[in-house]
Amino acid sequence: MKFNSVFDIIGPVMVGPSSSHTAGAARIGLAARNLLGSEPTWAKIHLYGSFAKTYQGHGTDFALAGGLLGFDTDDTRMSKALDIAREKGMQIEFIEDSAKTNHPNTVRIITGDGKERLEIIGISIGGGKVEITELNGFELRLSGNHPAILIMHNDRFGAIASVTKILAKHEINIGHMEVNRKDVGKEALMVIETDQNVDDDVLLELEKADHIIQIAKIVS
Amino acid sequence: MFRTVRELVEIAEKENLLISEVMIRQEMDIKNKTREEVFNEMERNLQVMEKAVADSLKGVHSVTGLTGGDAVKIQDYMKKHTPLSGYVMLDAVSKAMGTNEVNAAMGVICATPTAGSAGVVPGTLFAVKEQLNPTREQMIRYLFTAGAFGLVVANNAFISGAAGGCQAEVGSAGAMASAAIVEMAGGTPSESAEAFAMTLKNMLGLVCDPVAGLVEVPCVKRNAGGSALAVVSADMALAGVKSRIPCDEVIGAMYRIGQQMPSSLRETGEGGLADTPTGRFLKEKIFGV
Repeated sequence: MKFNSVFDIIGPVMVGPSSSHTAGAARIGLAARNLLGSEPTWAKIHLYGSFAKTYQGHGTDFALAGGLLGFDTDDTRMSKALDIAREKGMQIEFIEDSAKTNHPNTVRIITGDGKERLEIIGISIGGGKVEITELNGFELRLSGNHPAILIMHNDRFGAIASVTKILAKHEINIGHMEVNRKDVGKEALMVIETDQNVDDDVLLELEKADHIIQIAKIVS
Repeated sequence: MFRTVRELVEIAEKENLLISEVMIRQEMDIKNKTREEVFNEMERNLQVMEKAVADSLKGVHSVTGLTGGDAVKIQDYMKKHTPLSGYVMLDAVSKAMGTNEVNAAMGVICATPTAGSAGVVPGTLFAVKEQLNPTREQMIRYLFTAGAFGLVVANNAFISGAAGGCQAEVGSAGAMASAAIVEMAGGTPSESAEAFAMTLKNMLGLVCDPVAGLVEVPCVKRNAGGSALAVVSADMALAGVKSRIPCDEVIGAMYRIGQQMPSSLRETGEGGLADTPTGRFLKEKIFGV
């Protein structure tokens, strides 16, 4: 089920005016920042559907910027986020995109920090709850509300087993897991939502496991 | 884990529990937290709601000037007159509008289930509190009961205006509030379900048509309507009135109606009140387009 906690309904505590267009947008921006693993220096943000039509009225623009700056939904600096981003030299461009999408509140964020570049698609499904549906061309379903690790690996026998073995050893419980690949035998993406945050020494151990290319984590 | 209102009510009645207790136990179970931790988290949300209502009664106004100050007007009126709709109802209306005025002014609120509909649950809570004199624990339980019903709607239909229109937001919020009022007033779990059904039935088809795409007009006043209806349905259910259409089927109807709604009436600011001469004029005045 998409919603399982009472706090998905009674919550989040947030700066107004819209849970899907402000709080949800901030959470998608924050997910992009966490996946990049550093403060972005630039972002190109495509808005679709209701996001594209009403983003100024709802503060979707400053909320996305706030998320990229690392603000939580109840951060009272939120309404000043565009100014703060400008002061920090973060270049943000908004594009109202008329392309049809499956969900009315969809955003595509292309962002980077000068070294790494990242592209995600996020949807805001209501009440501040979001899902990341695409990362660098890989389809996935990530809530952004739970800690998660994303593991880029080669599509080989034993890659998944080597990861889950390490997690089991450290008694880390997996809440949701999925694997996606662009082609057989090529690069694949493993997404693991966990019940608790994963320590860096576990990540280091995972990085050394067989067939693993790169690891990112989302802290919740 | 309950998926429907029927399952929720069955669990509560079979085990002789309040709806809030079923929700609290499930939350402890899925999050692997203690009762105290779950209660403390909800207590923090309750404090945010209390502060938003208190702030609104000092008078707040949005940046655009479209909304604000009405909660205070109603409170002043109630001091000088006996309200025709009754003290509890008008108090709920005022506190619901006040919370949404704070939201529109980009203040801090707690989404219940959304920000646009954030006034209804706290507005009704702080109004019925004056008559029922609940303990702090009962006030927190009110939020768990509302949340339990909201979870069913979110998983079987939708709770956002962009997905299902205002019926999904203020409709859900009003229905959740009705169910919570019934529990606080000493009603049974099935009476909570009847109250929920009767409120949502009266909200079916309500579109999301915000002027200039802002969560202001008509959102603040729809929160007024949602809370008034919540109080009425709770009274009806406590009197023994039942909904002919079962609660889960009303939620199903809300879902299908939302799917049939054109996107111009789902939070795009293109149809309905947004597309009236005054709605268009206000948009032009604010954004210059």
